[in-house]
Amino acid sequence: MQGFASEFATATTLILTGDPELWSIVLLSMRVSVFAVLISAVIGMPIGAALAVARFPGRRATIVLMNALMGLPPVVVGLLVYLMLSRSGPLGVLELLYTPTAMIIAQVVLVTPIIAALTRQVVELLAEEYAEQLRSLGVSRLASVPVLLWDARLALVTALLAGFGRAIAEVGAVIIVGGNINHVTRVMTTTIALETSRGNLALALALGAILIGIAVAVNALVSALSLRAEQEGLRHA
Amino acid sequence: MRDFPTENGGALQVENIQIARNGTALLDVPSLRLDGPGPTLLLGPNGAGKSLLLRCLHGLITPDRGRVLQGGELLNQAHRARQAMVFQRPVLLRRSVAANLDFVLKRKGFPRATRKHQIAELLAEGGLSDKARQSARSLSGGEAQRLSILRALALSPDTLFLDEPTSALDPTATQTIEKMILRASSRGVRILMVTHDIGQARRLAADVVMMQGGHVVEHGAARRVLNAPESAAARRYLAGGLVT
Repeated sequence: MQGFASEFATATTLILTGDPELWSIVLLSMRVSVFAVLISAVIGMPIGAALAVARFPGRRATIVLMNALMGLPPVVVGLLVYLMLSRSGPLGVLELLYTPTAMIIAQVVLVTPIIAALTRQVVELLAEEYAEQLRSLGVSRLASVPVLLWDARLALVTALLAGFGRAIAEVGAVIIVGGNINHVTRVMTTTIALETSRGNLALALALGAILIGIAVAVNALVSALSLRAEQEGLRHA
Repeated sequence: MRDFPTENGGALQVENIQIARNGTALLDVPSLRLDGPGPTLLLGPNGAGKSLLLRCLHGLITPDRGRVLQGGELLNQAHRARQAMVFQRPVLLRRSVAANLDFVLKRKGFPRATRKHQIAELLAEGGLSDKARQSARSLSGGEAQRLSILRALALSPDTLFLDEPTSALDPTATQTIEKMILRASSRGVRILMVTHDIGQARRLAADVVMMQGGHVVEHGAARRVLNAPESAAARRYLAGGLVT
């Protein structure tokens, strides 16, 4: 019991004294996940919005597939990205394996379906409300996409935060493609796994506390934004 | 009797339009020509086909059969670009009051410098100058509908369709909206408006189209139709009888 107490005390000290190793790991995690979410947003939001307004054969099946991709097993994604980036893989020539870029790619694969599916849901609801008015104003389905994305911005920030939550907490894929190399690809989740196995609980606990703090902050933001978006909708109902 | 300009893009006509769902005729109008000056009000009970007819005339719904013409030509994109519609429940963009107007002016291709001036003029016309920066979705029902009409007028339409724009409003807000509609009409905008309100038809209409069960049962000058209707259905409706 005394051992745990001392580990907690050391973890607190690491956080409060701004331990360079700890904060460099936190910053790398944030950098990788923020980049991954931004790239996923650029890819996923137009796809989600287009699926919400377009009508084509196979649309339902595409939506079902996209929803299913939200639950992609991270280790499988890690394996696939590894095979693509490994020396004998089709993208091996880029020499990206075991770099932060490889981790970003893996997270983009995991997060894009989440952002696209949530965007589709949000935009489809708004499109139903706006449909006749936009058609009356002469706005085509395609031209309505940026209008809908902009007007759904509050709810879409929620989708981004949900994607960020998934990315920052992810361990399976990034450990495979990143290799957990010290000062290069070691992020919060992979460090927690490694240090726990080594018995260095203080660093693992400190990173765990920061990770939980980030998760709580993201969820609080999601909740606040959802509430505001709901109030905006209710006010007009 | 008010005087109304008559230049508004030519007569609107429907020829043999029909819309049916699950074997039931929702709209069946063999012939209708709307070319008189002053507001035309479409009057009738729920399910009479008034809103459906309005949407066909605006090109929002394509009838199963028949055609809609304006100025003798099939209704096309050029005609539609000179039409605007106000819905029963105003659909406002999740932006500020001014940005809602800016959206349509920008789409019409007006440069930024003139848009600012146009927005100020429109807001003044609708009595919303002090709410320019406010979120459009925080407006009251009457204010929201006024903004919706201003946004439609920002398109400089030759025809303005209104689908029961005052059905959810109190008498004061209704009066304000009616004044806006009459002002637009006096500037030459053809007004086609759906209402259940016989009093409103008496206040606004120059022309009345009475509908029931998807059919036009009577069409003519407002004074004649509202005071001496020829059809039994119109007489029952105007007498306040239950018409279904």
